[in-house]
Amino acid sequence: MLRSGVYADSVKLMQVSRDIGARDGVTAVLVAMATPLNLELATTMGLAPDGDASPEQLLIAIRADDAEVLAAAEAAVDAALAARERSTGTAAAVPLRTIGAGLDDLPPDTAALAIVSVPGSYAVAEAADAIAAGRSVLVFSDGVPVEHEVALKLAARAAGVLVMGPDCGTAIVSGVALGFANVVRPGPVGLVAASGTGAQQISSLLDMAGVGVSHVLGVGGRDLSEAVGGLATLDALAALDADTATERVLLVSKPPAPSVAAAVSAAGDKLSVPVRSAVLSPETPDLTAAVEALLTDMGLDVPTWPSRPGPAEAALPGAVLKGLYSGGTLADETMLLAAPALGDIRSNTPLKPELDLGTDLFASGHVVIDFGDDALTVGRAHPMIDPTLRLEAIAAVAAGEEPAVLLLDVVLGYGADPDPAAALEPALTAAREAAEFPLPVVIALIGTEGDPQGWSRQADALSAAGAAVFASNSAATRYALDLLGASS
Amino acid sequence: MTLGGLLSGPPAVVAAGVDVFSDALRAQGAEVHDVDWRPPGFGSAEDIADVALDPRRASANRAAVERILAAGSQLVDVRPAAEVIGLRDRMLLHSGPPLTWETASGPMRGALIGACLFEGWATDVEDAERILANGEITLDPCHHHRTVGPMAGVTSPSMWMWCLKDPVHGGSDKNMAFCNLNEGLGKVLRMGAFNEEVLTRLAWMRDVLGPVLQSAVRSRSDDPIDVKAILAQMLQMGDEGHNRNRAGSLMALRELSPSIVAVDAPSSDIAAVLKFIGGNEHFYLNLGMPTAKLAMDAARDVPGSSMVTVMSRNGTEFGIQTAGTGDRWFTGPANTPVGLFLGDYGPDDANPDIGDSAIMETYGVGGFSMAAAPAIVRFVGGTVPDALATTERMYQLTLAENPAMAIPIMGFRGSPTGIDVLKVARTGWLPQINTGMAGRIAGTGQVGAGLVQPPQECFEKALAALAEESRTA
Repeated sequence: MLRSGVYADSVKLMQVSRDIGARDGVTAVLVAMATPLNLELATTMGLAPDGDASPEQLLIAIRADDAEVLAAAEAAVDAALAARERSTGTAAAVPLRTIGAGLDDLPPDTAALAIVSVPGSYAVAEAADAIAAGRSVLVFSDGVPVEHEVALKLAARAAGVLVMGPDCGTAIVSGVALGFANVVRPGPVGLVAASGTGAQQISSLLDMAGVGVSHVLGVGGRDLSEAVGGLATLDALAALDADTATERVLLVSKPPAPSVAAAVSAAGDKLSVPVRSAVLSPETPDLTAAVEALLTDMGLDVPTWPSRPGPAEAALPGAVLKGLYSGGTLADETMLLAAPALGDIRSNTPLKPELDLGTDLFASGHVVIDFGDDALTVGRAHPMIDPTLRLEAIAAVAAGEEPAVLLLDVVLGYGADPDPAAALEPALTAAREAAEFPLPVVIALIGTEGDPQGWSRQADALSAAGAAVFASNSAATRYALDLLGASS
Repeated sequence: MTLGGLLSGPPAVVAAGVDVFSDALRAQGAEVHDVDWRPPGFGSAEDIADVALDPRRASANRAAVERILAAGSQLVDVRPAAEVIGLRDRMLLHSGPPLTWETASGPMRGALIGACLFEGWATDVEDAERILANGEITLDPCHHHRTVGPMAGVTSPSMWMWCLKDPVHGGSDKNMAFCNLNEGLGKVLRMGAFNEEVLTRLAWMRDVLGPVLQSAVRSRSDDPIDVKAILAQMLQMGDEGHNRNRAGSLMALRELSPSIVAVDAPSSDIAAVLKFIGGNEHFYLNLGMPTAKLAMDAARDVPGSSMVTVMSRNGTEFGIQTAGTGDRWFTGPANTPVGLFLGDYGPDDANPDIGDSAIMETYGVGGFSMAAAPAIVRFVGGTVPDALATTERMYQLTLAENPAMAIPIMGFRGSPTGIDVLKVARTGWLPQINTGMAGRIAGTGQVGAGLVQPPQECFEKALAALAEESRTA
């Protein structure tokens, strides 16, 4: 049939034709404006209309098995033509898939920073997005090849932005804590940190001394290696030098490559802001001492660092040090401090290659393990979040035959376990009961009162479990050495 | 400003990866935007990293995009293919990447047969098949001759071609691009039909339409039609420039008709020309395509650029080229479009994807500007929000927004322009293409219209080649 005074566009009509054609008993359908082309189509389908058609008319041609089906199909055509498309006129939410898309979605001129914590093999493209968008980026991901790190940092330098990382877990930018960072007061000290837990130790102690930080710029644990050459450290130093909120700078790192240390030191000397080093080395093994020296520079008194004394039990003669750490820099600091007194300390991150434990976490003798090392975090969360491996190691020490002193770090702050003492307390109590020898426990508790976990609350709980607790890792280490009768 | 002002105040954070960081930031009351990151849709981590870190990439892509945005398009002439591109006797151009008679699909074979009959190289269909099969006819892609052709894209020496010039690029020897004249809908050569009706129309186009258009276009050589400006207006009028060219065709008619009427030709011819143009909703497509081609050709050969310069299909394979890899084709088997069918044709009648017209999407209109033409998503049962979502998705595949091609409903945001192979790999989303559908059997003609995507394989190959190129650069 032909109908006048009805118009629908061809897409709509093709849709209607398809829907009607799908009805049971309908064998052929053409619903279309009666243009010459469509009339020809209808003819080839054997559905040519009677009478003269004009292109303004709507052609409804249906072949059906019986009259009932035909009538129903005709009614369905009318209903379909009258139906209104439900529409809100807004796009269904399209997820933003990349850092580039996310940054692009921000209003222009928003001061922004990207954080990348995707698997390491894919982190590079996300970080490159940020650099291309003229934004700095914190790369938490590890497992990024060092040549990619260098390429990213060179691109960032050219773009005038900073790559914090890879493997950077700690930063504070204008009071915003990124990753594992403590709640510290704002203040004049800027930190450049190739070490996350080192930065947490220093910023927490500064806070306890009443001194705040302007920014903590992480640069990634490899930045001061020969291969990377301190690219991000140099850029971060320059940025803090230009920052009005920063009056002093402290550089924190695990032991760096000597040539890079020299270059960074020379660059620091040229800045207008005074730069002090808290770079660990056998000659400068103590982060707390670096903080104290900075306080002295500032004309401030060095406070008594908070602690909770333990039960003052002595270890058996011949006892060994078992340092079970979640923070790599703290483990390094402990080894550097303890080695002169204890001699060789074996480790999965040893001071000397010949002391490498390999995969044997239960070796005898003096041992310091960094549970946060890449090799131990493959397929599992960082020990600051997931304590399982370390709890197993504590139980293993208690079950072993070597008398020992347990030395642990517990790191508080954003990103960390919301109540680390809750998991440690029963494990320590059980270990001390299970051990066939006195098992003194010494804990370096890194954090501030302002942290979500609260330093005192955690210290009291750990102390109640029989541990001696110190806000300073070097103080904790010295206390452990005293217990071993091996003060340095 | 140091570090882009990073240290001057609390920054907003855009985060990809584990939630623990974002949660901690929210606990502090910081502004956090999580992206819904997924592992790449394809491509090895090494290739993706190498392309992402290619130090040339950012500036190369910027340069490529700037050329696209700057390119213009003026209609300067209409001439037979033999004159324009030196198309010689017994040579035919076709759409898509290179192909042979053996690998040609039904509609491509139909169009090649029709062209042989039209040129008088064969006496009948069997004769045409014979000379095509035994290699007497040279076949070459349109894209190798600065030319594009919709659907089969078959262009023979005596077919007339639009000649468009980019007034911006190419120095004194301005960039040019060419396309044959659109025949209309239904039984047409480009859809693989070659019956008497088709050949009669082609002869009329050769003898009447071409010469009239030539005179008309040449008569306004001091004020050439700005074809790009028409495309920009189309997006304001419900067209997307690929599957909907209604407003564009009318605007082209409006621009041309005063000059056509002034041509010294019989008034019956003038009337026939005007009627033909006015009756063809896709008349503009063959002007839009070379406009896009001019822009994409301007962006060719930018070492280090991961931007797509060509997407094209020959009915058998889909092929792409990138600015960083010159004229190398990266191909994969063409998908079959999904959509609506004319009359009682159905999905089984549709040929795999065919035509150079995906140059429109390569340029950022067509399926990329779906939001400008919501009518199109109804081909696949979609709604207006689906159209908007399609364009939103395409923004995440592209390098820039083309301010000249504003999409009203997107707040006059520019069309998503410059497909980045790297972004396609990382999102795993493939470009959206709007297309006509040719019948699978040679001689059928059009069977419907719908939507289609390229095979992922093209982009996989292009990514691998870009990575390889970045390693040796």
